[in-house]
Amino acid sequence: MSKRAISFNLNGESVDAMVEDRELLVHVLREQLNKTGTHIGCETSHCGVCTVDLDGESVKSCTILAVQVAGRSVMSVEGLKDQSGLHAVQQAFIDEHGLQCGFCTTGMLMRAYRFLKENPDPSEEEIRWGMSGNLCRCTGYQNIIKAVQSAAKKLKNVEQTA
Amino acid sequence: MSEAEQVDRQDVIQGIGCSRKRKEDPRFVQGKGQYVDDIKMDGMLFADIVRSPFPHARIKSINKEKALALPGVHAVLTAEDLKPLKLHWMPTLAGDVQAVLADEKVVFQYQEVAVVVAENRYIAADAVDLVEVEYEALPVLVDAHKAMDADAPILREDLVGKMEGAHGKRLHDNHIFSWEVGDKDPTDRVFENADVTVEQKMYYHRVHPSPLETCGCLASYDNVREHLTVYITSQAPHVVRTVVSMLSGLPESKIRIVSPDIGGGFGNKVGIYPGYVTAIVASLVLGRPVKWIEDRIENLSTTAFARDYHMTGELACDKDGKIKALRVHVLADHGAFDACADPTKYPAGMFHICTGSYDVPVAHVKVDGVYTNKCPGGVSYRCSFRVTEAVYVIERLMDVMAQKLGIDKAEIRQRNFVKPEQFPYQTCLGFELDSGDYNTGLKKVMEAVDYAGLRREQTEKRAKGELMGIGLVTFTEVVGAGPSRTCDILGVGMFDSAEIRVHPTGSVIARMGTITQGQGHQTTYAQIIATELGLPSDNIQIEEGDTDTAPYGLGTYGSRSTPVAGAATARAARKIRAKACKIAAHLLEVSEDDLEWDIDRFKVKGVPGQEKTMVDIAWAAYNNFPEGLEPGLEAVDYYDPPNFTYPSGAYLCVVDIDKGTGVTSVRRFYALDDCGTRINPMIIKGQIHGGLTEGYAVAMGQELPYDEGGNLLGNTFMDYFIPTAVETPVWETDYTVTPSPHHPLGAKGVAESPHVGSIPCFTSAVVDAFAHLDVTHMNMPHNAYRVWKQIHALGLNTGK
Repeated sequence: MSKRAISFNLNGESVDAMVEDRELLVHVLREQLNKTGTHIGCETSHCGVCTVDLDGESVKSCTILAVQVAGRSVMSVEGLKDQSGLHAVQQAFIDEHGLQCGFCTTGMLMRAYRFLKENPDPSEEEIRWGMSGNLCRCTGYQNIIKAVQSAAKKLKNVEQTA
Repeated sequence: MSEAEQVDRQDVIQGIGCSRKRKEDPRFVQGKGQYVDDIKMDGMLFADIVRSPFPHARIKSINKEKALALPGVHAVLTAEDLKPLKLHWMPTLAGDVQAVLADEKVVFQYQEVAVVVAENRYIAADAVDLVEVEYEALPVLVDAHKAMDADAPILREDLVGKMEGAHGKRLHDNHIFSWEVGDKDPTDRVFENADVTVEQKMYYHRVHPSPLETCGCLASYDNVREHLTVYITSQAPHVVRTVVSMLSGLPESKIRIVSPDIGGGFGNKVGIYPGYVTAIVASLVLGRPVKWIEDRIENLSTTAFARDYHMTGELACDKDGKIKALRVHVLADHGAFDACADPTKYPAGMFHICTGSYDVPVAHVKVDGVYTNKCPGGVSYRCSFRVTEAVYVIERLMDVMAQKLGIDKAEIRQRNFVKPEQFPYQTCLGFELDSGDYNTGLKKVMEAVDYAGLRREQTEKRAKGELMGIGLVTFTEVVGAGPSRTCDILGVGMFDSAEIRVHPTGSVIARMGTITQGQGHQTTYAQIIATELGLPSDNIQIEEGDTDTAPYGLGTYGSRSTPVAGAATARAARKIRAKACKIAAHLLEVSEDDLEWDIDRFKVKGVPGQEKTMVDIAWAAYNNFPEGLEPGLEAVDYYDPPNFTYPSGAYLCVVDIDKGTGVTSVRRFYALDDCGTRINPMIIKGQIHGGLTEGYAVAMGQELPYDEGGNLLGNTFMDYFIPTAVETPVWETDYTVTPSPHHPLGAKGVAESPHVGSIPCFTSAVVDAFAHLDVTHMNMPHNAYRVWKQIHALGLNTGK
């Protein structure tokens, strides 16, 4: 099957890939670009373990074709940490025991990252709805919600001191 | 020494009882976990499986030509290709055999018919579509109750005439076993003369553990070294190595099985599945690494199911509700092959824990297993072997009896509890309950929720025609299999193991025969060693899952990690401490009797300042040890538990049901657990949250239904219920501590209790909402439609 060249921005860097038209973004991220932090859990857009950020929106990379991201900006979990260390959502998931097997965690973090930009001061109810596209089998969500609340607080403090 | 200094030293160690943060988390939050599908090898190929659309059919022909002609396809293998290698059938954990690839006929929908191996997963998927299989449909058997009818279609032609099965006599070609325990005649006699008896039929529906990571493996056979490496999603890698050795003829020393990070197991990853075997065979045949990763439909349709028990429970009591006898019959639907994951001698697992937390004088249990045209499996979904079913039947019966006698459901339980002074308590079905304090737990729960107040509120609501239900469960589990004299898997006793090495500078590496799937073993095992050796948890590295390095163990399921491998860890550490004591005595020039252990050091009794820390001793173990003592500081322990452990709990649930829609809202769920000694309270709480949520899923929505034609309905996440953060209730947790007297640390295991205990509690609550209308039982799942049907049948939603 013929391939086409695409370029896009991944975690702040320009990347090139040769892809078939039918190839899913998640496969290109994992298999060509070695970003295996983005996982695959259902392939029907239900579980959210493949969640990445695309031009400032959460998307499930199992239902996006790689060719659709040509010229656009993608952020995966590998892009969350910066020079100052772990992102607030990453630290909060550790502190609040918001993860167990770790498989859904990367998608959860990417959703939490975007959700807190959309709604920096959410209620518990809003967090439950805002995170409801991401499934977890281990935690029962209670500590994930606490982690998102705690990250929100921290991000707000950072903003206020900045 | 001041108290503050002691506290400081404990803080450094972060041992048992400390809610320390998990050691596994930093790599997981950075996307640096390594799950099977993350592993790549040079020259790696991908396997995909051709599956049967028919639940029962004869295979007339398989045409591979078009698939083989597709560029990038390396092989298409069928049963015919596996036959010369004698790998077209494999043994199951239950003493049956299972077709690796369908041999002349298929017996369940989605059964493995052929495997395609190709350059990448896209080409493999294309090639699957190009394999042409011609089927001749056969009559389908879906209803387990009809399995032993004279005119039932015979599913297993390979077993025709073999009337002696792995568990005794078979009564019909579709019959697998009859298993009985207890005293039939005395039980029957009690029932004949009892003041009050109740009988309740209940169907525990077919569900699936569905961890978010599906099953898969990467097999790599090196035909120069004649060595096989398999990365695999397995909860029991050492057992996998033994089975692969038996199947392939390769010695175990030439096989390395690695369970890397596992994205949840919950019982799904105990079994050995055709996909694994075909990937291994393909690698042996092609001499290249072959990866097989199932998709979600394959996961829900073929690798493991849980439950599917048609249960009839009967309870006999006196007028005061004191239990006199219990009788249970189960028709167990095992699907097309008996691939249940139970200890060899127990075809119904530990179902005979069904006497629960109660003093039951006599009981009789019989389980009949049958074949149907459904997926094989019968795994323990977040529970010890069939314990969820057992707890469900007794807890439902307690409610039904309470209702018949007009006794409150808390009261009837209190009248029947095994009392603290009765432990160790021999159940009439053969278990020895190690310890428990059931009433203390129940009372604590009732006070916390103001039970009497809830009952008053319910009375008021009922008067107004509103539906409010209160569920109550007091469960006892049996976990930590097990004594190897009674428990084995394929002949290997169910012990477990730990190996600990203390390095010269006092850092530690330790390996166990278990494998974490999210339970946090790297954290909790380190805490056990930290307390036993007085070395900081931070410097203790835990490794599991690699058969080349870890000692042999039976793996992680049935809440056996802390009860069995945790015990081995404590004992191995104690061997090291005993040696350290000799070295300390040598260094301090005193006798061992003059020394006492204090958190992280040995001190000379009564001589302040005369002491050696474990770090000092570790260094000396490599350069200044007493004459006659081996250098080094290591130990191995294989622990064969003398008994199971018996965690318990008291759970209470309050629901409100909408009469118009049938939607059940969980207003409150209070879970009190007793898992004995608590190693990491933060992790325990997390495990309980997760188990409660999986219990909620099973009780309220999950099911794998088959239609009359044998078609599986509901095998994607569009249909199969996985609760999101929106549906999931808020959990309140609490605990009591009744240590296990026979476990070196007193720990009992915890992660499965919340699943086992919560499921009957949800049913108890939903049924309770209708109890005043003489409803005694409703089958799960209690989704809105089914609850609405009950409301409708009672005429509660009309006239308004």
